[in-house]
Amino acid sequence: MKLVTGIIQPHRLDDVKSALEAAGVRGMTVSEASGYGRQKGHTEVYRGAEYTVDLVPKVRIEILVDDADSAMVTDVIVKAAQTGKIGDGKVWTVPVDDVARVRTGEHGAGAL
Amino acid sequence: MELDTGATAWMLMSASLVLLMTPGLAFFYGGMVRSKSVLNMMMMSFGAIAVVAVIYVLWGWSMSYGSDIGGIIGNPFDQFGLQGAIYDGGEFIIDDYGVPGIVGVGFQSTFAIITVALISGAIADRVKFGTWMVFAALWVTFAYFPMAHMVWGGGLLSGDGPFAGIAAPIDFAGGTVVHINAGAAALVLALVVGKRKGFGKEPMRPHSLPFVMLGAALLWFGWFGFNAGSAFTSDGFAGLAWVNTTTATAAAIIGWLITEKLRDGSATSLGAASGAVAGLVAITPAAGSVSPVGSLAVGVIAGVLSALAVGLKYKFGYDDSLDVVGVHLVAGLWGTLAIGFLATDTGLFYGGGVNQLAVQAIIAVIAIVFSAVVTLVIALILKGTLGWRVSEEAEVGGIDLAVHGETGYETVPQGSIIKEVRA
Repeated sequence: MKLVTGIIQPHRLDDVKSALEAAGVRGMTVSEASGYGRQKGHTEVYRGAEYTVDLVPKVRIEILVDDADSAMVTDVIVKAAQTGKIGDGKVWTVPVDDVARVRTGEHGAGAL
Repeated sequence: MELDTGATAWMLMSASLVLLMTPGLAFFYGGMVRSKSVLNMMMMSFGAIAVVAVIYVLWGWSMSYGSDIGGIIGNPFDQFGLQGAIYDGGEFIIDDYGVPGIVGVGFQSTFAIITVALISGAIADRVKFGTWMVFAALWVTFAYFPMAHMVWGGGLLSGDGPFAGIAAPIDFAGGTVVHINAGAAALVLALVVGKRKGFGKEPMRPHSLPFVMLGAALLWFGWFGFNAGSAFTSDGFAGLAWVNTTTATAAAIIGWLITEKLRDGSATSLGAASGAVAGLVAITPAAGSVSPVGSLAVGVIAGVLSALAVGLKYKFGYDDSLDVVGVHLVAGLWGTLAIGFLATDTGLFYGGGVNQLAVQAIIAVIAIVFSAVVTLVIALILKGTLGWRVSEEAEVGGIDLAVHGETGYETVPQGSIIKEVRA
């Protein structure tokens, strides 16, 4: 099993969600995040006083998948989230030792 | 004088409008501070209402409009507790406009309240609430009432004073009494109290611009009572003041927005709200004496001047936190002087010569000096006795929690960490 994590632009979330649903992904966890990479932050001016805001808002998507699906899911996220501009985000995959479904107590692939 | 019910209704309405300005100011200022001190900022305005309204009926009215002492002040004992200010021979006293005197007392008290509250913006986030309340009482007594008496109560700076020989000084609704007075006090207080910890180094951005916009809107609405009510009746002057109050304010928004668009790159909501207030301040003394077209010049110049002036505190290193100096002192000064140029009967541009301008400059300078000196004395006495500053820990952690035992916003889910322990 793998955990696919994507950090994407907030405005791409709807498209990414639809694309994942179309690809058969049945669940995900989405949270608000903030951070920066090459995009850097932005500046705000209040009565002439300038402030730089280093962290910009992002959305984090986390999906648990079978080993076989991880490459496909990563591709779907990348395609749907891509605008071609700096700040589009990143997607990475890490191995997962075990998963348990709280309702039934199932473990492993059956809990996905 | 016969009772004029129309005029009386308008003056009661105006008094209510002006009183609304102070809660409006609480939102205007409250939105500009950081979220950890929003309640303290708003409480300074509500505290000013509490202290000044009480004092006004005791000795405030009498010191402003009671029997004259040396052209500086009214006798506080003359009409103490409004004795002799309400009835005459069992009947309500009616003024020259057909309005009961007690309505005038209510109207004037609201001006004293907002003037004190205006000063609080200079010392945001960092002063003891008790010291502020004592300051409010002392300042309104020794700075506001004398100024109101000098300008409006037949004192030195009024049409009965020594300068009337050159030209009768004009302050329609409070350019000197309210705005220069509060602005000069704000500068002195910011210097005596000192900077917020981290001023100029840490970000201190406004935590709620929608609050600031709401506050500016309430101020504008209330200002119709402030300016149009200063006609003291429902007549053409009130209408002229109403229109001037709108046109000058609109022009000031444009002036501020253009200035910051050119300087900073964006036309901001904080700029629009600030520009509106600068315009309202500038037209205050001039609302009854300039034409609506003249008011456009008063407004747009006020917007530009104040937008430029708010940067001065960083240059000179004084922490006038919410720009009371940049907005109220600068725009109040400009509005007071603008009468000398633009008054339709005595202004320089209307062939009235330089006399009016000279007199306006004289009363403005006297107002600045008087306010600054009185404020300095009061501020230093309080510094040496009660003390101004809360502890550094309280200031950094948030004055709301440290001083008022509350926080403005819920930052953790209720029930998880917050438990009710005493009901």
